[in-house]
Amino acid sequence: MTSTEHATPLWEVFIRPRNGLHHRHVGSLHAADSALALQAARDVYTRRGEGNSIWVVRSSEIAASDPSFAEPMFEPADDKIYRHPTFYDIPDEVGHM
Amino acid sequence: MYSQGLIGADSSTTESEEFLALFQARIDREEKIEPNDPMPEGYRRTLVRQIGQHAHSEIVGMLPEGNWITRAPSLRRKIALLAKVQDEGGHGLYLYSAAETLGVSREQMTAELLSGKAKYSSIFNYPTLTWADIGAIGWLVDGAAIMNQIPLCRCSYGPYARAMIRVCKEESFHQRQGYEIMMALARGSDEQKEMAQDALNRWWWPSLMMFGPHDSESAHGEQSMAWKIKRFSNDELRQKFITATVPQAEFIGLTVPDPELKWNEETKLYDHGEIDWAEFKAVVSGNGMMNRDRIRDRTKAHDDGAWVREAALAHAAKRAARQPIPQEAAE
Repeated sequence: MTSTEHATPLWEVFIRPRNGLHHRHVGSLHAADSALALQAARDVYTRRGEGNSIWVVRSSEIAASDPSFAEPMFEPADDKIYRHPTFYDIPDEVGHM
Repeated sequence: MYSQGLIGADSSTTESEEFLALFQARIDREEKIEPNDPMPEGYRRTLVRQIGQHAHSEIVGMLPEGNWITRAPSLRRKIALLAKVQDEGGHGLYLYSAAETLGVSREQMTAELLSGKAKYSSIFNYPTLTWADIGAIGWLVDGAAIMNQIPLCRCSYGPYARAMIRVCKEESFHQRQGYEIMMALARGSDEQKEMAQDALNRWWWPSLMMFGPHDSESAHGEQSMAWKIKRFSNDELRQKFITATVPQAEFIGLTVPDPELKWNEETKLYDHGEIDWAEFKAVVSGNGMMNRDRIRDRTKAHDDGAWVREAALAHAAKRAARQPIPQEAAE
């Protein structure tokens, strides 16, 4: 490898297994541009009918929440039990609601 | 396809007792560790090394089998072998991606493989002399790899575990196609049967070495077990492999080349003869039959591909400069 070689950008790959489902993150790969990334994603991640649609997105374009702030970020949801249906008492006679 | 006991890892770490205890508690609760989570430096280093070695093994592992693609005895065998070798390339790429989440670059890993600094599984430093070797590799080498890799699907590091789940799903075809090749030869003419037996004789011991040194000699095994990177020791996995494989050899009328091999009614496992660890050490340290050829061939492939990488990057840069980023609708 020559020292002048530039790093090939990293892409995240999302695949939809079939219509009706979300695209799901399956992994990443290196490619110079979106066309090559799609082609490589097809070869690397769909050799056995894993899906019918691929998204690729530059890894550097993804904004992510900071794991060290996971507690303040997600914990407030834990004590809001009134957001769940089981918080409310409904007599059995009413039937399924 | 092939992991082996980790070669030369340094799992030492310098964080505070409190930090390490908190991390260990997460591991003990079977929580998965994800890329940006706080982790001990030793944990990170061990994983970079192990996943890197694993990825390199997949990539170098394409060479001994690639050697027979043009000479496969039928179209059926050829398409299967092509698909298998392509899978190995894919496995290498999943694993490189998993290692990259730990902050090491692909360029750095490639440079370390080509310079000889990074290791790969010693099994690929043996030559593939006959077509039967392709059968033996699929059956024994992929078989040993599966034993190693199934527990890795539960590894504490999320990206590694996820990569291993994909790999394991694809690996079973590899072992079956290898065994089928051996079975066809073992049921063929005397010469073909002899060829199958010869391949088993040459690949049996190196396959057992794939599990790495004895537990008593494995310096970093305990820390890796505590961190739940490893779930079973080298010797446990080796025993499981032998016990699964011996009846398969008997079924097709081949003889495992170990005169000391004996069924142990108490342990329900096979006792086996001693492995030639001097040979293992020689191969790991670069003096196997094919070490130099493998690195020479990888280096040539990498150098020959340089203009393609450069051209693709130049083309992408030119297009990016010419127009605003093309937006493709996400459908």
